[in-house]
Amino acid sequence: MKALFYIILFTAIAATIWQIVKLLGLTKNDQIATKKENNINGWLMLGTMVFLYVLMIYYMFFGGRDVLLPRQAGSEEGEHIDNLFMMTMGLILVVQFITQFLVYYFTFKYRGNIDRKAAFFADSHKLEMFWTLTPTVVLSGLIIYGLWTWSLVQDVTNKKDDPIYIELYGKQFQWEARYAGKDNVLGEANVRNIKGMNTMGVDMNDPYSKDDITVLHEFHIPKGRKVIFQLRSQDVLHSAYMPHFRAQMNCVPGMKTYMGYTPALTTEEMRKNPDIVRKVAGINKIRAEKSKELVAKGEDPLEPYEFDYLLLCNKICGAGHYNMQMKIVVEDEADFNKWLASKKTLAEKLN
Amino acid sequence: MSHHKETFITKYIFSQDHKMIAKQYLITGIIMAVIGGFMSMLFRLQLGFPDQHFTIIEAFLGKEGMTPDMYMGLVTIHGTIMVFFVLTAGLSGTFSNLLIPLQIGARDMASGFLNMISYWLFFISSVIMVSSIFVHTGMASAGWTVYPPLSALPQAMKGSGLGMDLWLVSMAIFIAASLLGSLNYIVTVLNLRTKGMKMTRLPLTIWAFFITAIIGLVSFPVLLSAALLLLFDRSFGTSFYLSDIFIQGEVLHYQGGSPILFEHLFWFLGHPEVYIILLPALGITSEVISSNSRKPIFGYRAMIGSIMAIAFLSTIVWGHHMFVTGMNPFLGSIFTFTTLLIAIPSAVKAFNYITTLWKGNLQLNPGMLFSIGMVSVFISGGLTGLILGDSALDINVHDTMFVVAHFHLVMGVSALLGMFAGVYHWFPKMFGRMMNKTLGYIHFYLTIIAAYGVFFPMHFTGLAGLPRRYFSNAAFPLFDDLMPINQVITIFALLGGFAQLIFLANFFISIFKGKKATQNPWRANTLEWTTPVEATHGNWPGEIPAVYRWPYDYSKRDENGNLWEGKDYTPQTVPIRPGEEEF
Repeated sequence: MKALFYIILFTAIAATIWQIVKLLGLTKNDQIATKKENNINGWLMLGTMVFLYVLMIYYMFFGGRDVLLPRQAGSEEGEHIDNLFMMTMGLILVVQFITQFLVYYFTFKYRGNIDRKAAFFADSHKLEMFWTLTPTVVLSGLIIYGLWTWSLVQDVTNKKDDPIYIELYGKQFQWEARYAGKDNVLGEANVRNIKGMNTMGVDMNDPYSKDDITVLHEFHIPKGRKVIFQLRSQDVLHSAYMPHFRAQMNCVPGMKTYMGYTPALTTEEMRKNPDIVRKVAGINKIRAEKSKELVAKGEDPLEPYEFDYLLLCNKICGAGHYNMQMKIVVEDEADFNKWLASKKTLAEKLN
Repeated sequence: MSHHKETFITKYIFSQDHKMIAKQYLITGIIMAVIGGFMSMLFRLQLGFPDQHFTIIEAFLGKEGMTPDMYMGLVTIHGTIMVFFVLTAGLSGTFSNLLIPLQIGARDMASGFLNMISYWLFFISSVIMVSSIFVHTGMASAGWTVYPPLSALPQAMKGSGLGMDLWLVSMAIFIAASLLGSLNYIVTVLNLRTKGMKMTRLPLTIWAFFITAIIGLVSFPVLLSAALLLLFDRSFGTSFYLSDIFIQGEVLHYQGGSPILFEHLFWFLGHPEVYIILLPALGITSEVISSNSRKPIFGYRAMIGSIMAIAFLSTIVWGHHMFVTGMNPFLGSIFTFTTLLIAIPSAVKAFNYITTLWKGNLQLNPGMLFSIGMVSVFISGGLTGLILGDSALDINVHDTMFVVAHFHLVMGVSALLGMFAGVYHWFPKMFGRMMNKTLGYIHFYLTIIAAYGVFFPMHFTGLAGLPRRYFSNAAFPLFDDLMPINQVITIFALLGGFAQLIFLANFFISIFKGKKATQNPWRANTLEWTTPVEATHGNWPGEIPAVYRWPYDYSKRDENGNLWEGKDYTPQTVPIRPGEEEF
């Protein structure tokens, strides 16, 4: 894969050098492009178009395809987002391929020539109407579909789904999570209450706080049940980003923000997804190669990679921003309940 | 104009002549671009080859090499310099100053003195910004958007110390410079047009500069107030943006503010800023494409209408940068709606360019190649805006490398290509000499190939979920397979950087050694080509010429279908001939 790129790069450079040699031999007296130069440039612009198309096709079908997030979203809301995404992307690609062709092909076809006389074609009401109205109609469709999806995924007030409440708490450079416990209501919290084990500043005088459970390093969520995340930050802006769920919301100091998602596939199920299997295989191949180098240097080899859902920080938050993460485990509700029951409540930890 | 004898200082340094000020802006802009561009090479090396040692990195960044703090500082200052100092001041400052008086038929700007002050304020702000790189706690590094609390609290990161104060001071001065410039451009266009130069006979360059100046005047003051409030929060203990913060083991006293307020104020400028950068480039492109196609620009009035529509819409879309900040989802819907509407005037412009090329007689000069490249990149980058502008889709690509790829294409590269087009096209007007066209062609092909090679693959790293502003993705095995793409991007980035060296050599050598230009080398219609090659103060030695027609009478035919007087262009100064209809 890399080799192909070096070949393309080499070709581009070689073409340029050929161009230099060719052009240096041209008459140097003209201040502006000669007929011969227009000709060469016309062809080179066509070449530029070919380069662009090769680049696009190569990345869409080969170099870029396997690295993408799995096409199967990990949440029910994510599936709606993906449908909208695929539709928009399809439209973009069609327009891109056509308009780029027109730009470069016209440049090539109408390259300057003494015999050619340009047309005097300064306005056409019909054409203007055509390319004002067409985008308007297409965009209206996109806007309506987009807003429908938006209102669907932003709905965090609907209690009908019997959601569970989890707080995600960002701080430099770590995530913590808090479960609402049996009453399914998160107790109040403020950074002014931070003390010792109470690292999230939960207000222990609030009766709702008594059964809250806090966890570090990894948090679990049940498949098929809506989860409403409440997000807080301790210090600067963070952003809770869970790419596999198509989920993201900022954590803002002094304010609570919310998002709601329904996990659709357990971690185990996602690991069997063909896109994930292929991606993991690709990653492990790279890691195995790297391990060989490391072992040769006398260092420990890398561990093989296994897929896990992740929570990343996606808002610049300081020196450790690039390593602020938390593992997410999606499991069946029974397993989830068992896991949660094994955790101590914050009140127990404090005593 | 000037009665006294010109000395070196009044001619080259404290000049009030718009042409000299334009050159000062351009050269300062180029120096800033070299600094900003070089920074991008350094952090691209880090992203592409994180495990390798580069002597060049150690030479510039010290023994520690690339640290997370240094990395974030570099991306922050790269963004700031490129957006404000190169593509705002360098682009608008150069071409508005050069072309407004020359193309509308005025002897100079409405106020030469304000114009001079504007440049020197810009110069001072550039010096402060560059010097902030060298302070010992490090340059500002909270990202070019400098969101508090990260930028407000020195405890939060190294770069939020003195470097951040200097950043804010520099930006405040920069905004003052920009406002003085804008005011001058607007007044000049409204009041100093020559006889016959109706608003509907203005070249599209002037329309673009004029509208740009208006949106600058509307939106820049908001950033100034945002910067001042941030300075207050940093230095005087106010809580405009800060509330409930616990950092490094202690609770801070701030209460009641909100970082979201800063984001609103910042993006109220930040989004129009995209068009402050883009519109002048589109104006330049319109002029260069039309004159080199030997064909009138297609849909002149639709072009003006779309410039106005874009300018108006640009001031009511800023919320699309904030879809995931927890703002009311209803507000998000409104911003989605207004944002996607911008696609309509943008599509009109793109199609008009394509139709202008159709059936033309394209003179593929370097300026023309850059203009066509600009249209191509503008389309490629603009289309992905349909994804980022749609709130539901933005959720998953917000702040990823996908965004970086999108805005670099649509406003970074395309404005830069527009700027190059302008430099190649008006170089003879600025320096009375021509740039070497062979080097110009090479510069163009290398630049466009590098630009696509860098930013097209970058979309895929974003769609793989890679966040922007990550110093390294080694902490995530999930992203291990992005390494080959990152290496390709870095190689193309180095190629692009190398291509700019060709431009620099061509530019500076041609100033002194270039071939002497003729009066109207591109056979263009606009007024600037009626001035003598040797620039004089006051532009025209005699009377200012009057104008009788619009600027796009290329290849106009008489009633028999022959070119008028056998020429494929009719300058604006030629009166309407008997039997000719004004377009």
